[in-house]
Amino acid sequence: MTTHRMLPQSAAAWTRLAALVVALTLLPFFTSAYYVGLVTTAMIGGMLALSMHLLVGATGLVSLGHGAFYGLAAYVVYLVTPVDTPMPMWLTLPLAMLVAGLVALVVGALSLRTTGFFFLMVTLAFGQMIYFVFHDTKLGGGTDGAYLAKPLLSAFGYTLDPKDFPRARRGWPPYYVALGQLVVTYLTLAFLLRSLFGRVLEGIKVNEHRMIAMGFNTNRYKLAAFVIAAMLASSAGHMLAMQTGFVNPDLVSWHKSAEALLMILLGGIGSLTGAVVGAFAYYALGEGAQVLGSYVVAWGFPRIGTILAERKLLVEGLVILAVVLVARNGLTGIKLRSPGLAKPSGNVHDIGNMGGVDP
Amino acid sequence: MSTFLSQLLNGLQFGLLLFLIASGLTLIFGVLGIINLAHGSLFMIGAYTAFVVTKATGSLWLALPVAIVFGVALGLVLERVLFRHFYKREHLDQVLLTFALILIFEEMRSLLVGNDFHSVVIPKWLDFSIPITGQFSYAAYRFVVIGACLALAAVLIWWIERTKMGAIIRAAAEKPEMVDILGIDSSKVHLTVFAVGTALAMTAGALAAPLTSVYPNMGDSLLIISFVVVVIGGLGSVSGAFWSAILIGLIDTLGKAYGPAFAVAGGFGAVLAAASSMAVYLLMIAVLLFRPTGLFGGRT
Repeated sequence: MTTHRMLPQSAAAWTRLAALVVALTLLPFFTSAYYVGLVTTAMIGGMLALSMHLLVGATGLVSLGHGAFYGLAAYVVYLVTPVDTPMPMWLTLPLAMLVAGLVALVVGALSLRTTGFFFLMVTLAFGQMIYFVFHDTKLGGGTDGAYLAKPLLSAFGYTLDPKDFPRARRGWPPYYVALGQLVVTYLTLAFLLRSLFGRVLEGIKVNEHRMIAMGFNTNRYKLAAFVIAAMLASSAGHMLAMQTGFVNPDLVSWHKSAEALLMILLGGIGSLTGAVVGAFAYYALGEGAQVLGSYVVAWGFPRIGTILAERKLLVEGLVILAVVLVARNGLTGIKLRSPGLAKPSGNVHDIGNMGGVDP
Repeated sequence: MSTFLSQLLNGLQFGLLLFLIASGLTLIFGVLGIINLAHGSLFMIGAYTAFVVTKATGSLWLALPVAIVFGVALGLVLERVLFRHFYKREHLDQVLLTFALILIFEEMRSLLVGNDFHSVVIPKWLDFSIPITGQFSYAAYRFVVIGACLALAAVLIWWIERTKMGAIIRAAAEKPEMVDILGIDSSKVHLTVFAVGTALAMTAGALAAPLTSVYPNMGDSLLIISFVVVVIGGLGSVSGAFWSAILIGLIDTLGKAYGPAFAVAGGFGAVLAAASSMAVYLLMIAVLLFRPTGLFGGRT
């Protein structure tokens, strides 16, 4: 069986990925606690973007309610954790994924009866309802959010507690848990995409009617993809609660879904790796703007420099504009524009038909 | 009884404001095929325009025409520079384009005006209440808002239903190829629709500013409820959006006013209380599942 178009196309590409994982494993030894925290956040973003990619890239479904499952998981951790008593991760993670999966089963079963614009709107409405539950009631601390005791990783009677680490290395346990989860998420998706399940999703993306004619119950496949994507998103949300120990309604808002879409577009919609690259680029963007801003101030343009450094969202907005207007295939797609290859068109479905689009 | 009457009037007034936002949204989706998530930000810009003009000149009445003119101008620029490249693009691209605009508009607002709440003063001679029954009176400015929205709605519906341009717009929402074949300059139609939609949303913001005061992200919650109005009214249908906006305005206002009372009963009451604050979303989901063309005879 040939590989899936969204996966690395050659042994060399897989090797590069493995090298990246090794580099990430060694990174904390060479950098400060601040960057360890930032890369942890980026890896969590990468998990969220990967989960969204199962819907957008593999199946062609754009959901604005996807971010709600991410936030929901963090709230589940908050709700099951007694005050000041950290719970083992082995308990909170499956629980968060189970709750998100069950909610996604109901939401997906209803939303997937619609398509296109209507699907966007129903998922947005469901996401908004989950948002209201946490925003308008005192269930999860209301609008202000709430702190929680971070879940801990424990095995064989030994507990990996950041408190046992020297102050400069407290970010290391969540860093390595996030790295592990990122790798597992990627491999899970790679496995799914290469299976018959992934092939059917691919068929649905390109031409759903043909798949129905071939006898596939496409609704069932789409629902399965929806639920799996929600569960993967919830593992990212759980990881966020583990890193920050804080929940607030922003985590459940539709802006999270838009951010995940942005990461996918930034990295390139054609490949799974693109989602992770995009997530790193997304967080690097804020950092980069800040660094660049301080240089611009030093060069004698204090006003522009301050705006660059302090207005992350403005920079983010302008970069999205640039990407949707110019670099339609994202960072991993830029290399592709060599004369030998057909110029990618603006249509996602066309990209689907083009075959390999991978770094 | 009198509180019920005032909630009813509040619901009507909210519904009419929603119509000004949703009518532009439904036209922009129906005719241009664009999902404009930045439409709520246009409402915000309108409200801040009213705040800035009122603060500078002391006159709310000047703010309205300024908001309308500024709205038309902004609409023209946005359509020519950005939106017209996105008519045939994927939903994904449109979502990201308009999400980017939300971020840019909010940051510009933050840079120019700051992040504080500001109230917008109602002109002194309008700052009184009109007695309706013995013990109940209602703010005069709210009547002005209701009247202004009704007048705008009447003009808009007349324009869409009775004029030649309106006929072309309705035709473009239904069969765009036909409009092209007939030799009509569809680019001009697109430009008109987008500018009108933008101006309507900004006018709604300017009218609402004295009622709600102005604050960051004030358009965000209105955006989603306006999409509910669009879906229930039927995509692309302005008269459908009118009835649907009033329905949603009433349900949302009454649900939020009386829903929490159920919570006292506990148990199932709490569920009812939660459901009443989400009533409009539940209604939209029901409509989408059982009557996807909308409750008011729109088109798919």
